[in-house]
Amino acid sequence: MSLLQIQHVSKRFGGLAALTDVSYSVEKGKILGLIGPNGAGKTTLFNVVNGFYPPTKGEVLFKEERISHLQPYQICKRGVGRTFQVVRPLQRMTVLDNVIASAFLRAKDKAGAERIALDALQFTGLYDDRSLVSKSLPLGKRKKLEIARALATQPEMLLLDESFAGLNPFEQNELIDIIRKVKAKGITIMIIEHHMKVIMSLSDQVVVLNYGEKIAEGTPKEIGNNPLVIEAYLGEAERA
Amino acid sequence: MKKFMPPIILAVLCFLPLVGLSSYAMHILVLVIMWSIIGMGWNLLGGYCGQVSFGHAAFFGMGAYSSGLLYYHFGISGWWGLLVSIPVLTITSLVIGFICLRLRGAYFALATLALGEVLRVTAENLVKFTQGDLGILIKQRTWVEKTWYFYVILLLAAGSFLLVKKVMESKLGYYFVAIREDQDAANSLGINTTLYKTIALCLSGVLTGMAGAFYMNYMGYIDPTTVFPLYDISIVTVMVVMVGGVATYWGPVIGALIMVFLAEVIRSMPKIGAAHQTLFGILLIFIIIFLPNGIVGDFRKITGLFKPRGALK
Ligand SMILES: Nc1ncnc2c1ncn2[C@@H]1O[C@H](COP(=O)(O)OP(=O)(O)O)[C@@H](O)[C@H]1O
Ligand SMILES: [Mg+2]
Repeated sequence: MSLLQIQHVSKRFGGLAALTDVSYSVEKGKILGLIGPNGAGKTTLFNVVNGFYPPTKGEVLFKEERISHLQPYQICKRGVGRTFQVVRPLQRMTVLDNVIASAFLRAKDKAGAERIALDALQFTGLYDDRSLVSKSLPLGKRKKLEIARALATQPEMLLLDESFAGLNPFEQNELIDIIRKVKAKGITIMIIEHHMKVIMSLSDQVVVLNYGEKIAEGTPKEIGNNPLVIEAYLGEAERA
Repeated sequence: MKKFMPPIILAVLCFLPLVGLSSYAMHILVLVIMWSIIGMGWNLLGGYCGQVSFGHAAFFGMGAYSSGLLYYHFGISGWWGLLVSIPVLTITSLVIGFICLRLRGAYFALATLALGEVLRVTAENLVKFTQGDLGILIKQRTWVEKTWYFYVILLLAAGSFLLVKKVMESKLGYYFVAIREDQDAANSLGINTTLYKTIALCLSGVLTGMAGAFYMNYMGYIDPTTVFPLYDISIVTVMVVMVGGVATYWGPVIGALIMVFLAEVIRSMPKIGAAHQTLFGILLIFIIIFLPNGIVGDFRKITGLFKPRGALK
């Protein structure tokens, strides 16, 4: 069953077509990798799914319900959590308070919120850092905090925007483990990632965007052999 | 120890009038406590929820006029204003919120500033309803002595302090701070930012308005320029909290203490008196540069100055 359906979504910023007629669906319980060169429109697509931008055309369905006219907080309530590419922890709050703030969404009272938050911290390996001020965390832990916060809203689907960028190989492996554990909980994941190793080892399905258009979709293996994809990436490497 | 501070301070304040303070000293105390309440109100919205308002005179004035107009039009005690100001300020806040809360940062601040001014001009011009510049006079003050006014405002302040504390320890408090730190992130974590900003605004407005209603009864006279002024109320409110400590429980109290005393001292100096706004401005710049978290927020920094060198960590 497809949990999330993206149907003919286009998004324009003035004259710029950030997304053009993108369609695909994400199957329940699976991990979908979203790849593409810089500026391809990946984050914009997350912003459309998450409700920050209404699509210029097309719509997004979550569990068969149209969500593309809703506000981000309503979409979160329906079960879609997200992290940001540029990490945005609530700087002056402690790690625990950060997660409690989002745990209140499903908790009846503060004790309940604290329980959910501590669970999420344990799950992401931040339990021992819980009383630190978020501002003082190193990047690797901030990325985990982003995930802990999103998990505390108890989502059915998680959108991860470049969670691996800037992490060292050790932290990358930790994060791969965390994402596998999230999947094992039955949470569906859509992940934007540049590291091919990560995408290929985690994803069940991969979608490739280039200049706002979907140029390929398939299993990691199919994508790895797709000439269009190779060209898009090689093209970028040559320009860089 | 920290837990016992509020009741201890409250108990000391309760006994203060019994030691026979002068009427002037009591007046200063009443003003300090009243400003603490205004500061606590502002702090909820500006300090914790991050929506900086330069128009709190709007709430103060609406509260004062709720009280004054009840007395003037219906001949009932102005003290009813304390109760009536709650619904009046809730409605005022909802209207102001509807207009201003869609704006962010400096735009929100400017919009509140403008609304405060709009209310002042309105009060000046609705002559039939408000008596305009003539103002409203309560002919018979409730008490001659200041003592009972002191207890009334002390009770209000204790209630406000408790309310702020309860709110900040609840879901509301977490949501306010989350909104202050990052509205978009808060929104995508399931927080209806517009709703919770509106709640912060209403709570803030009601607290400030009740202080205004008290002011009417205490002073016995109001007019548009004394209860809706941009400088003497709106700006001073921001200063009270900034000087004392933004987003701290005691900041508004300490800030009120310092600002009220400072205003009195400066006003009593023969030549400088008229320039007190300039001096306040300089003080504000000083605070922003050296104590950006206010006296309560930067308390360690201040005590550190007086410690022998080397003891500093
Ligand atoms: N809010 C916005 N306003 C205008 N242009 C935008 C906005 N957000 C993204 N863009 C543009 O849309 C294109 C896609 O950006 P983005 O989705 O961030 O790419 P990616 O995440 O794939 O690197 C870029 O050209 C970017 O400059
Ligand atoms: Mg991006």
